Amino acid sequence: MTVVSGGVTGVPTATRKYSYAKVLLGLAALLVLISALRIITGADDLDSSGTLRATLVAAVPIGLAGLGGLWSERAGVVNIGLEGMMILGTFGAGYFGYFYGPWQGVVGAIALGAAGGLLHAVATVSFGVDHIVSGVAINIIALGAVQYLAALAFTGVAGGGATQSPTIPSLPSITIDAFSDPLGDLEQKNWFVVSDLAALLRALVTNLSLLTIICLLLFVLTWWLLWKTSFGLRLRSCGESPAAAESLGINVIRYKFVAVVISGGFAGLAGGFLALVASSTFRDGQTGGRGYIGLAAMIFGNWRPGGLLAGAGLFGYTDTLRLRGGGETIHGLLLLVAVGIVLYGVWQYRQTRQLASLIGALLGVVVAIWYFSTDSIPEDLTGMTPYLTTLLVLALFSQRLRMPAADGKPYRKGSAG
Amino acid sequence: VKNPRMTKIALAIGAPVLALVAAFLITSLVLVLAGDDVGGVWSQILSLPNNRGYINIINAATVYYLSAIAVAIGFRMNLFNIGVDGQYRVAAFAAAVVAGEGWLPGYFNTALAMLAAVLVGAAWAGIAGLLRVTRGVSEVISTIMLNAIATALVAYLLRKAAVDAPGSNITQTKPVPEGSRVGGISLFGDVPATVYGLVFLAAAVGFAYWFVINKTRFGFDLRATGSSETAAVASGINVKRMIVISMLLSGGAAGLVGMPLLFGNDYAYGSTFQSGLGFAGIAIALLGRNHPIGIALGALLFAFLDEQSNPLQILLDVSPDIVKITQGTIVLTVVIAYEVVRRYGIRLEQRRVASALDDEPAMEGAKA
Repeated sequence: MTVVSGGVTGVPTATRKYSYAKVLLGLAALLVLISALRIITGADDLDSSGTLRATLVAAVPIGLAGLGGLWSERAGVVNIGLEGMMILGTFGAGYFGYFYGPWQGVVGAIALGAAGGLLHAVATVSFGVDHIVSGVAINIIALGAVQYLAALAFTGVAGGGATQSPTIPSLPSITIDAFSDPLGDLEQKNWFVVSDLAALLRALVTNLSLLTIICLLLFVLTWWLLWKTSFGLRLRSCGESPAAAESLGINVIRYKFVAVVISGGFAGLAGGFLALVASSTFRDGQTGGRGYIGLAAMIFGNWRPGGLLAGAGLFGYTDTLRLRGGGETIHGLLLLVAVGIVLYGVWQYRQTRQLASLIGALLGVVVAIWYFSTDSIPEDLTGMTPYLTTLLVLALFSQRLRMPAADGKPYRKGSAG
Repeated sequence: VKNPRMTKIALAIGAPVLALVAAFLITSLVLVLAGDDVGGVWSQILSLPNNRGYINIINAATVYYLSAIAVAIGFRMNLFNIGVDGQYRVAAFAAAVVAGEGWLPGYFNTALAMLAAVLVGAAWAGIAGLLRVTRGVSEVISTIMLNAIATALVAYLLRKAAVDAPGSNITQTKPVPEGSRVGGISLFGDVPATVYGLVFLAAAVGFAYWFVINKTRFGFDLRATGSSETAAVASGINVKRMIVISMLLSGGAAGLVGMPLLFGNDYAYGSTFQSGLGFAGIAIALLGRNHPIGIALGALLFAFLDEQSNPLQILLDVSPDIVKITQGTIVLTVVIAYEVVRRYGIRLEQRRVASALDDEPAMEGAKA
């Protein structure tokens, strides 16, 4: 995870605390940790290749929604309409996917999501409507529109109904047998670290949808566009200080417009991914609040693509454990959480923050007691993991998070004076 | 246009009318593009409801009203309480458990349950308020997260508290004892349906909202802080305290949202309890401009649209979800319309002042 030391000095010249070598080292440490945890707690499903593959499928839509949020918020427009745009995307994928073909479904999902983004852009950028108000309205409109359109499109279609589409033809996926099978054998051995690494690699070479690869590339593309091109610098300057940007001759309104429409496109693709890859039908209510989880992942990642990816991975992982009936598996993770909180307490103590360290130590003990006194976590409670994590991150690290300086503030042309 | 007061009133009425017309036009456009019977849809929706319809509208509006008041309390303070949705569900569940236990007889039990609802709703909103003042966490984000946590928490607790209703597979809490239920008011002799007795609760909450905001020192501080935080600080208002208190009040009002349903209709909290009321509340508070009468009209409008769209599926084979498009669009158009009308009003005012000054050039000259 790339951690940004966000200075108060404004412009995102934030330096990287950790080089890529250290990030890789951190990931390796995580692997060793999980492996140790697997052996200590005996929860083998913690990192089986099945779990990891499902995690990838669960993390991609969350990450895409987060990317949508990133594009929009980096240009200074808060987008809580992501959920609605995602809903539009699920229908776009269902409609165009079923009637025209899976790749047309991908295009349809992006197009409908972008249409939602366009609405948000017109309301917030052109008319100066409060960003949150517009987002709430879009979530209401999108839900109603999709329910209305779905009833219109799929009622009476064989295998479909008013609330769901028939099966959509699937997108091509890749399995490299030459790697997949031997890695599977290795995974079965349950060796410390080696088997875990094999599971990870096996998840990447087995039944990997082409769309998943494309979506992962979109992360890289976004990072490159926003942080390595002058277009990206201009776009981000609209989110940091639009007045300064305009005084330098940047067409702020146009940049914001483009950013919000692209944001909608990403959210639409996230919905499309749910309908095309994660399942193979459009269903009413398919998003299940993932637009909000994407927003949470973006905040968790401190408005940076690397952090966002980590957040999406974490939330996708907990979601997967829940879906795989992983009450026991998540129970294993509790031990990790307990150790983590205690370490946080120790760190706070060394920073001479007595209160924070005391709270940390107490929480750690409570979680540890919880771990040792139970065998499993109820399924309903595991569903709140992403939200609880985000709330905790916000509460504990809010001083270290830095959102774009002019995020959420309406901007009118000519404010530069 | 000669009378500035008349102009002001005309503009105040003009904005929502303009917004409604725009929303209706956009909805019509969707219907035309989808190839549905536009004329048929509007003649059904805009027809007069039957007697049963009137009762359903008043009942739905009662619940919407409470939700919108809860949102409006936050709005007056410049706080965006998106969390009404989570707050009312947690509170309704708590109230249902308390009422179901029946520790006290009759209406004492009802009062106790409502108190529990207010406290739980306030506490749930208070988390967001505390995070805002102690850690600087935006209440928008924290309440979104708290909504999702509420969903999971209530689902979990409901499973624990659930009792098996005979002959039904709905998971729900113990039913409220007969004596603690709030009876309905019969409006028409020929229909068995009744208006929720707790419609008076909604009216009382609306009056209290108006009174506290407009007639008390606290309300003045609240509006002052909402209009300008720096000015409020300068005049000695403890802004952090105000934020926490208004979040608690907003959450407490949100806690009451489920009460008419619990004591007048469902008599238990279950998986079928009405959801999504919080977001409708946001829309209605915006539509009614945070004014208790405006909100009442907005709530009635939303309830009217809901009720009148119900038969669309049977009559015209059009999905009633079409009115959700109308409702969502109203939120956008109403905000845009108020902004447009506000700018127009300022221009009119400037022109009036300018022409008044032009008539008295001598006075200006004399002053200079």
